[in-house]
Amino acid sequence: MSRTLAEKVWEAHVVRHGSGAEPDLLYIDLHLLHEVTSPQAFDGLRLAGRQLRRPDLTIATEDHNVPTIDIELPIADPVSRTQVETLRKNCAEFGVRLHPMGDFEQGIVHVVGPQLGLTQPGMTVVCGDSHTSTHGAFGALAFGIGTSEVEHVMATQTLPLRPFKTMAITVDGELKPGVTAKDIILAVIAKIGTGGGQGYVLEYRGSAIEALSMEARMTVCNMSIEAGARAGMIAPDQTTFDYIEGRPHAPSGADWDTAVEYWKTLRTDDDAEFDAEVRLDADELTPFVTWGTNPGQGLPLSASVPDPEAIVDENERVAAEKALTYMGLEPGTPLRDIHVDTVFLGSCTNGRIEDLRAAADVLRGHKVADGVRMLVVPGSMRVRAQAESEGLHEVFLAAGAEWRQAGCSMCLGMNPDQLKPGERSASTSNRNFEGRQGKGGRTHLVSPLVAAATAVRGTLSSPADLV
Amino acid sequence: MEAFTTHTGVGVPLRRSNVDTDQIIPAVYLKRVTRTGFEDGLFAAWRGDEQFVLNQEPFRAGSVLVAGPDFGTGSSREHAVWALMDYGFRVVISSRFADIFRGNAGKQGLVAAQCEQSDVELLWKLLENEPGTEVTVDLTANTVVAKDFTAPFTVDEYTRWRLLEGLDDIALTLRHADDITEFEQRRPGWLPTTDPLPAG
Repeated sequence: MSRTLAEKVWEAHVVRHGSGAEPDLLYIDLHLLHEVTSPQAFDGLRLAGRQLRRPDLTIATEDHNVPTIDIELPIADPVSRTQVETLRKNCAEFGVRLHPMGDFEQGIVHVVGPQLGLTQPGMTVVCGDSHTSTHGAFGALAFGIGTSEVEHVMATQTLPLRPFKTMAITVDGELKPGVTAKDIILAVIAKIGTGGGQGYVLEYRGSAIEALSMEARMTVCNMSIEAGARAGMIAPDQTTFDYIEGRPHAPSGADWDTAVEYWKTLRTDDDAEFDAEVRLDADELTPFVTWGTNPGQGLPLSASVPDPEAIVDENERVAAEKALTYMGLEPGTPLRDIHVDTVFLGSCTNGRIEDLRAAADVLRGHKVADGVRMLVVPGSMRVRAQAESEGLHEVFLAAGAEWRQAGCSMCLGMNPDQLKPGERSASTSNRNFEGRQGKGGRTHLVSPLVAAATAVRGTLSSPADLV
Repeated sequence: MEAFTTHTGVGVPLRRSNVDTDQIIPAVYLKRVTRTGFEDGLFAAWRGDEQFVLNQEPFRAGSVLVAGPDFGTGSSREHAVWALMDYGFRVVISSRFADIFRGNAGKQGLVAAQCEQSDVELLWKLLENEPGTEVTVDLTANTVVAKDFTAPFTVDEYTRWRLLEGLDDIALTLRHADDITEFEQRRPGWLPTTDPLPAG
């Protein structure tokens, strides 16, 4: 029978088929942990007297709470410090490999897995973090789970799940210069809405997706959750294999050949049917930014702030009115006229080496505008080291940006990097929810190129505006 | 987990769509390592506003939340469910739930009851016109009842069964421990492993 990529990976992991309303029991190949969603799960194991079934399929890093300056000092916030120390104690007790602050492999959990070569095609990957969808860029079935499920995976290395529906997101054509993977995914979310992907695994395909680098594919899959989907996937190809080969946990020798042979079968069959299909033309895409308080409220940078009065659906109109009040924006204002106080380059969406290179290329020879602060936060210490070996940090520092240590940083208000009430950011992260970057903070989601150009001009801009 | 059959409590109309988990509980409240005590973080940004529904009697003591579509979008934080339950909510009614939130609710015994949006609108009007109206959510009959209003709701069948029986997911899965072991013996040897440490 013809099957989609998602169905093939699912089927290869069914420990036991459920009957009737009972879910399938799915085996989990890799479980990623961080400090925020794991402490209560470890406690649950202890209380029930259960073991961690597969420490050898489990890995942990510190990311959400960590400061990105003065990391050699104890964490100032005692509650954050306790959470990080709790992870260290739990990992020591249960035998989990942990990459703590200062470690060369420390960083955001979704940057760490791929860079170690632990994320491979056809695997099932879970983490108590919704952006686990990132790993789907390798053709893995990867999704975020809650803390009860974290405990379930710890105890059994499985999850009871009902199969997801499948949706094809086909992006054909060629991206124009200055248009990136981030613009693709922001346009997809604006098209299908924040609930459009609910119950689905999205499979991104088409010539524009095939042309993307591995890191760009991760950016696309990362934000699948922002369209409501549990997971996003891209069929593995030579780009994927080249990225994995030689990484610390990649197969080698004869194993490599066996693995690649299997990975090549991980494609949606030609005559397989998806439950839903969406198409986008890459040639028509331009830099995309959000104006509201959910990631579906986005428009091309050349547009203006929309008028809620013109929105027909009542719920969406009310949502738009509330969003504009929160964002402090007037309908009809050109998006390019919006001033920002802060530019944040980083996160599991856009904190990889290619993102830093792209932003540095725009910033080279320019200065960050007066009154604007720019934070550049590499997604991992390995990314940071790579950037420094290429001299990128010098470009950022010369432009007047801050060059930080690795972590989730300003993507979410859990660590010292936050917006103050009323401050406005152009941010390469993934969520523009009210208060996401700090209480009262206002967020515009953008690509690394738009972030860099915005830093220079002080208003939402694309690199083309700098010429 | 405590079994759930039926619950009656004050209904709270929350006229907002896309109530994301950062609104239900902001990240700053997620730093605790305990599983209880999250009620102070519930809707923290909105609780400062006197007009917010939970700051008004008799909604303050509500236990059935009636929200707009796409409730619980965003982060996977189960803290959102803990915060709702710690505050006293036993049921959330919406026409659309985010997948991870729905799953988390089911694990903890918070009923995520999916109703037609038209029924949500009717319920909103009823609760606003007659504040303090009690809503009964009956999981055995899959109905929401408030005064003369009755509407059906859906929950995933398996979750419903588990909630009615009060069964723990992990214990259910461990009944199949032999199947898991057998599956592990079939896994290809080239699949990656981490570098675990000696436990203890």
